[in-house]
Amino acid sequence: MRGSLLVVRSGALTTVQDEGRRGVAHLGVPRAGALDLPAMRLANRLVGNELGAAVLETTLDGVDLVLDADRHVAVTGAPAPVTVAARPVAFGLAVLARAGELVEVGRADAGVRSYVAVSGGIDVPAVLGSRSTDILAGLGPEPLRRGASLPLGDTVGRVPAVDFVPYSAPPAVLHLRCVLGPRDDELTAASLELLAVASWTVSPDSNRIGLRLEGPKLERARWQELASEGVVDGSIQVPPDGQPVLFLADHPTTGGYPVVAVVPEPDIWICAQARPGTTVHLHPETARSLAG
Amino acid sequence: MALGIDLGSARAPCDLAARSAVRLLPAAVVVAAAAPQVPSAVSLVVNVRPAGPRALLAELASLGDVQALYDEARRRQEAGLLPGGVEVVPAARTVLFDGLDDVAAFAAQLRAWAPRPSARRAGSRAEIPVVYDGEDLAFVADCWGVRTDEVGDAHTSLLHEVAFIGFSPGFAYLTGLPDAWRVPRLERPRPAVPAGAVGLADEFTGIYPRRSPGGWRLIGRCEVAMWDPARVPPSLLSPGDVVRFVAVRR
Repeated sequence: MRGSLLVVRSGALTTVQDEGRRGVAHLGVPRAGALDLPAMRLANRLVGNELGAAVLETTLDGVDLVLDADRHVAVTGAPAPVTVAARPVAFGLAVLARAGELVEVGRADAGVRSYVAVSGGIDVPAVLGSRSTDILAGLGPEPLRRGASLPLGDTVGRVPAVDFVPYSAPPAVLHLRCVLGPRDDELTAASLELLAVASWTVSPDSNRIGLRLEGPKLERARWQELASEGVVDGSIQVPPDGQPVLFLADHPTTGGYPVVAVVPEPDIWICAQARPGTTVHLHPETARSLAG
Repeated sequence: MALGIDLGSARAPCDLAARSAVRLLPAAVVVAAAAPQVPSAVSLVVNVRPAGPRALLAELASLGDVQALYDEARRRQEAGLLPGGVEVVPAARTVLFDGLDDVAAFAAQLRAWAPRPSARRAGSRAEIPVVYDGEDLAFVADCWGVRTDEVGDAHTSLLHEVAFIGFSPGFAYLTGLPDAWRVPRLERPRPAVPAGAVGLADEFTGIYPRRSPGGWRLIGRCEVAMWDPARVPPSLLSPGDVVRFVAVRR
């Protein structure tokens, strides 16, 4: 049974996201995909979808929509009030929305990005193996606009009977582990120390490309130019202004400023929920020796 | 958004004293000179740096070595000798391997790789028509010791090869300039370079896939779509592709 989703209110930035694109970084194509991957997968599991089905990712102020067929809907990620036909319904559980009923996902109480899964998934065409919107590369569907209609896939799985899913609100202070390298030797010893002991603040300029962190200026040990090199998700890059940028899913695939440490999964997922002003503490570890 | 992408950086202007005027080389000579010098049984990898718990950055001595290691990685990937989920991203002096289950084990394996030199890389060929009327044509002519109207002839006489894609989606870094023809970037990047602009920086030629800031020295423009999200793949060029520029009179 196919259907479609009509956007009644798009919210600040609502995009279609799945698990993102793999194997195309050598063409300059970022991974993209849901920033909070576990929340996206949970939403899909709740409505009986495959874990990697496409969902909506909202930014701070939710989204309102109407479905033209009876479908289950689940909202996860940043906790937000959810109503169906003006009735408050549970956050983090599958609820049935009848054809024509208004589904409203409100402003997040905490965190940034809520995930809205609809049974059957959002069935826009896949580009390079993913339905994700990639803002940097301009791939995938445009960010949602009022009046837009998105196709829904066939419902496949049964909606599991779940009464309660525990979830924790995004933390007020982020503690992120990171592995030093590949270019930690580009920083002075004092700045490397600062990376670990300073309190960093999430800047309002943060987006799906990266979390910009504000704090003491990190100094380079030398000013030789680095040739561009590949960068991975979670890279902490230090541009000339000395304020680190933590790369998220839409980051460029190469960069010319030193990456001094890398935040691993799963710590990177909670970055998706860090509001501007959030305090971040970095906990660098040394990488296992690669000598051999 | 300038998130550490190399938008160009302060460099000395072209030092003419240090560059003797270069004569136009026939393409065949240039290709032979640019062929990777690969010893057949020695690891090319100079150093391995960790990039988080699942990735490593292999450092190499030259762009030729980067290309040889990248070709070897693709060959192994196609033969099923590399896990399918591993991303291989070549750059100027490094190859990134991302998505590894055991970084230390892979690092040891990598050092044992002995890429074979290949006279010709496995990429496809592209011909790109260019109108040579860029804003920095006179500067580049000075650097090369030729007349402004000879820059196009010089550039089209070379066979170029895609070393890697970076800076922005579909932005190919093309090698093929002889060492003496290296061109410094702008000291202050332009805030907006139009899509299709053809520029030079250091040892590379690049074509801007979309309007963006940029610090490359512009020599011309083309109308080929380097990046088209509706195309599969959207990038016109891939690492290893061979490119010849053709001058279009305007």
